[in-house]
Amino acid sequence: MSDSYTLAKIIFGRLTWESFPIHEPILIGTFIMVLIGGVGVVGAITKYKLWGYLWTEWFTTVDHKRIGIMYMILGLIMFLRGFADAIMMRLQQAMAFNGSEGYLNAHHYDQVFTAHGVIMIFFVAMPMVTGLMNYIVPLQIGARDVSFPFLNNFSFWMTTSGAVTVMMSLFVGEFARTGWLAYPPLSGIAYSPDVGVDYYIWALQIAGIGTLLSGVNLVATIVKMRAPGMTMMKMPIFTWTSLCTNVLIVAAFPVLTAVLALLSLDRYAGTAFFTNDFGGNAMMYVNLIWIWGHPEVYILILPAFGIFSEITSTFSGKRLFGYTSMVYATVVITILSYVVWLHHFFTMGSGASVNSFFGITTMVISIPTGAKIFNWLFTMYRGRIRFELPMMWTIAFMLTFTVGGMTGVLLAVPPADFVLHNSLFLIAHFHNVIIGGVLFGLFAGINYWWPKAFGFKLDTVWGKRSFWLWAVGFWLAFMPLYILGLMGVTRRMRVFDDPSLQIWFVIAALGAFMIAAGIACMLMQFYVSIRDREKLRDTTGDPWDGRTLEWATSSPPPDYNFAFTPVIHDGDAWSDMKKRGYQRPLDGFRSIHMPSNTGTGVILAGLSTAFSVGMIWYMWWLAGLSFVGILAVAIGHTFNYKRDFHIPVEDVVRTEGERTKLLATQG
Amino acid sequence: MSTCPIPDSSTAPRRFLRFLAPLMLLPLSACNFVVMNPAGDVAVQQRDLILISTGLMLLIILPVMALTVLFAWRYRKSAENPDYDPDWDHSTSLELIIWSAPLLIIICLGAITWTSTHLLDPYRPIERIDASRKIAPNTKPLEVEVVALDWKWLFIYPELGIATVNELAAPVDRPISFKITSSTVMNSFYVPALAGQIYAMPGMQTVLHAVINKPGDYEGFSANYSGAGFSHMRFRFHALDQTGFDRWAATVKADGQALDRPTYLKLEKPSEKDPVRRFATVDATLFNSIVNLCARPGQRCMSDLMHIDAMGGAGKESAKDVEGLRHDAHDGSDPLEKGALQKEPEEKGSSPHLLKDSDKAPPGKTPTGHQHDNRDMTMNMDGMSAHHPSDASAPAHTL
Repeated sequence: MSDSYTLAKIIFGRLTWESFPIHEPILIGTFIMVLIGGVGVVGAITKYKLWGYLWTEWFTTVDHKRIGIMYMILGLIMFLRGFADAIMMRLQQAMAFNGSEGYLNAHHYDQVFTAHGVIMIFFVAMPMVTGLMNYIVPLQIGARDVSFPFLNNFSFWMTTSGAVTVMMSLFVGEFARTGWLAYPPLSGIAYSPDVGVDYYIWALQIAGIGTLLSGVNLVATIVKMRAPGMTMMKMPIFTWTSLCTNVLIVAAFPVLTAVLALLSLDRYAGTAFFTNDFGGNAMMYVNLIWIWGHPEVYILILPAFGIFSEITSTFSGKRLFGYTSMVYATVVITILSYVVWLHHFFTMGSGASVNSFFGITTMVISIPTGAKIFNWLFTMYRGRIRFELPMMWTIAFMLTFTVGGMTGVLLAVPPADFVLHNSLFLIAHFHNVIIGGVLFGLFAGINYWWPKAFGFKLDTVWGKRSFWLWAVGFWLAFMPLYILGLMGVTRRMRVFDDPSLQIWFVIAALGAFMIAAGIACMLMQFYVSIRDREKLRDTTGDPWDGRTLEWATSSPPPDYNFAFTPVIHDGDAWSDMKKRGYQRPLDGFRSIHMPSNTGTGVILAGLSTAFSVGMIWYMWWLAGLSFVGILAVAIGHTFNYKRDFHIPVEDVVRTEGERTKLLATQG
Repeated sequence: MSTCPIPDSSTAPRRFLRFLAPLMLLPLSACNFVVMNPAGDVAVQQRDLILISTGLMLLIILPVMALTVLFAWRYRKSAENPDYDPDWDHSTSLELIIWSAPLLIIICLGAITWTSTHLLDPYRPIERIDASRKIAPNTKPLEVEVVALDWKWLFIYPELGIATVNELAAPVDRPISFKITSSTVMNSFYVPALAGQIYAMPGMQTVLHAVINKPGDYEGFSANYSGAGFSHMRFRFHALDQTGFDRWAATVKADGQALDRPTYLKLEKPSEKDPVRRFATVDATLFNSIVNLCARPGQRCMSDLMHIDAMGGAGKESAKDVEGLRHDAHDGSDPLEKGALQKEPEEKGSSPHLLKDSDKAPPGKTPTGHQHDNRDMTMNMDGMSAHHPSDASAPAHTL
């Protein structure tokens, strides 16, 4: 070996020209599109001199509202990527019959389904759920911000760093070809020697830090920063579900971090936790990853349950039926979610008693979940329901989710699972609950809280188009998968022998295209709403006749959320205030103590991305340097004493005065 | 599969089946629903369980869905319902119902789960041939040892001393006892018509007991993603009557070759779309050595190590004696034996963008020929007689 070769290896690790997909038309096309789009965006920002504004007002912000919005934007962008993967899979499976290999080879297709799962869970559902919690929870509990505002900014950027790492794998090297949970030994160094699994590991590790810290942050916020009078049993139900979700995050994510750390030790240090060598045991990985993985699905669905509760109550014009039982149901689900993980692998050969134990605990979860559905039903009962978009999504959820719940309980019966496990029936089931539950919940939440965040409602025409395309498209796309599952068709297949299956895959692909149209309508909805914002303007801050505290302040809320911290007497705090003839305080304002912006989060996340790249490509110098950099910046930040400031009283008076004028104009 | 027998099952599930019948009138004939219409007693019971559980759950799901639509319509704002009560938020009796109704159903379902999981435990020997026939005492099940290889299936019949690749045969109405393992990564052994699946894992043995009731030619495959060749990791399962099975075994005996260690080691290498292959004789210790990760010469069997450990271990010095414990990276030339951090710069290699067409195998895999459009997958047929599925002695009954 020549010295220059060795030097190149030291500098670039295993990155060579071969690592770039210069021979792959799909990727070159994508890359050119991304390049044009990227240059366009960067150019526009530069042209309108927005860099300074973005940096000072957004990137470095510690305002929970802006961070919440950035989380939603991140989730939306990644959603487009994850959905592109979904369309590619649907096309491949609809084409690959009668000897056709389809248009994707195994290496490409296997990356696509892995990336789809990873992106949709970690970089779409998680950021969006976190974003909504970030935005709404402090407002609902009458707080100025979260407990640790800088940590919040840092968490967001770490999540973004993970997302950037995943996106990088599209154009440099490859992504994992292992399925979204990267079961070893397949994900071990012997069977996946390339960068794919390393991209997977480091993207999740970095993003996982963000998720964990944001969990800690929100738990502390909810426990410590509630307005006076808001006892635990007077918390809005969305705040309750957020609390439970974040407790789950804090308890579950360290397990993910640990299991991925063990996998990386296998890959980097030659250990044998999950290898076949030296008596390693892959079953341990499967157990550990699902000890994180099952709580994860409740991390996603609980906030959605909270959103539906708020919406049902608001749009039925009634108090939530059975608040107490709703809270207990949430807590029971939180606890039970830790004793069901084995149902993901009944087929791994556990004894009948173990399998039935986990089967029955899984079914038991359906009891509190069922109670929740009944509670929503009886909230609607004797109400006066306004069918605005959030409520439409809620009804669609109730009809869709019950079916998904039913097939879930069916899969919890071990002998039934033996024939349905890993089949497209399973795929249909979890899309049924994740799309019908989490995603519909997020869409309901976006339509519901958009006016709060931006001061104008979303356009209903495009919203309804999007709603119907989604609702119908979902059933069209996933009912065929239930049917195919009953035909014994397994998941992650790239080509098929039996031509009679093709029609179902074609129907599913049509459904996917309907959903694509639904997404396009949703983007149109955002565009049209922003264009017509003056027409859709809401000046009251309370466009839906809301019941909880976030509707008490202006839309969008001022930086400090509430000029005076409200005092709470009732669960539906804002309803109660309105009923008792609450008058906005018009004077006596004081200066407000606020946290300062900081760029440390961006810098730390940037260094973390560099660290990931170094580890993934075996550029040890880069990994080492950036790790030292991370420590130095983190320690340096502790010497930053300019962490807070006071909003002068004149500013508060001016802001509140403007609102008073605005409210007066509409009588 | 052109015709489709009516499933033979107890009457209660049949009623459910009629209930589901309209669903099955969709573009395809019912026989495509192999999970709903299987041919083996275990799978039939699993199907029945699906139907019974679904029926039980529909007892609550359907009313909930109906109530959702009813309430949404009845209490819409424009209806101006007179009984509007914005503060009504509690009713103890209703709470009692909404918690106890699901609870009752789950109690029933839980009881069914407990019993059925024990009765249909894949490790539990078969106790009946089908719903109406008990098993004759002293019936010896047909033993089949199953090895999931990259990306094909090896079946060893220790009783007959034969082995096959991507072809499984068994006589109808005789219990089959599968012992299952894998050579490299996780797979799942699944013949939907016969019985539920169970994972095939390296270094471990799982067990499945099943019986097939109807002669036929069924499909089997891996139901757990295992790498690039996964899609083609399929085999045919021939359920034959006893004479048919004897004839089949005789053909295997007559025209196959020997499956000894060297042949196995060649066979074990990654390949895809493999044709059916038959072996007249088979090394009797082969399966055990695969499970114990010591099929290759020089490897130490896990069973021996466990024995040593059980006797108190081999002392500190044995810690250095690790050479025979490698399984994944067996090829001496393979740099992947080390963790990435332990490599010299020259050993880092390159991580290509694997979408490109190259005639290079993925690192750690066998280099291959290029006769297939799916690049870098192997067809390692060198030195082996291959049977195309079509010229295999066809099973007597094809459904």
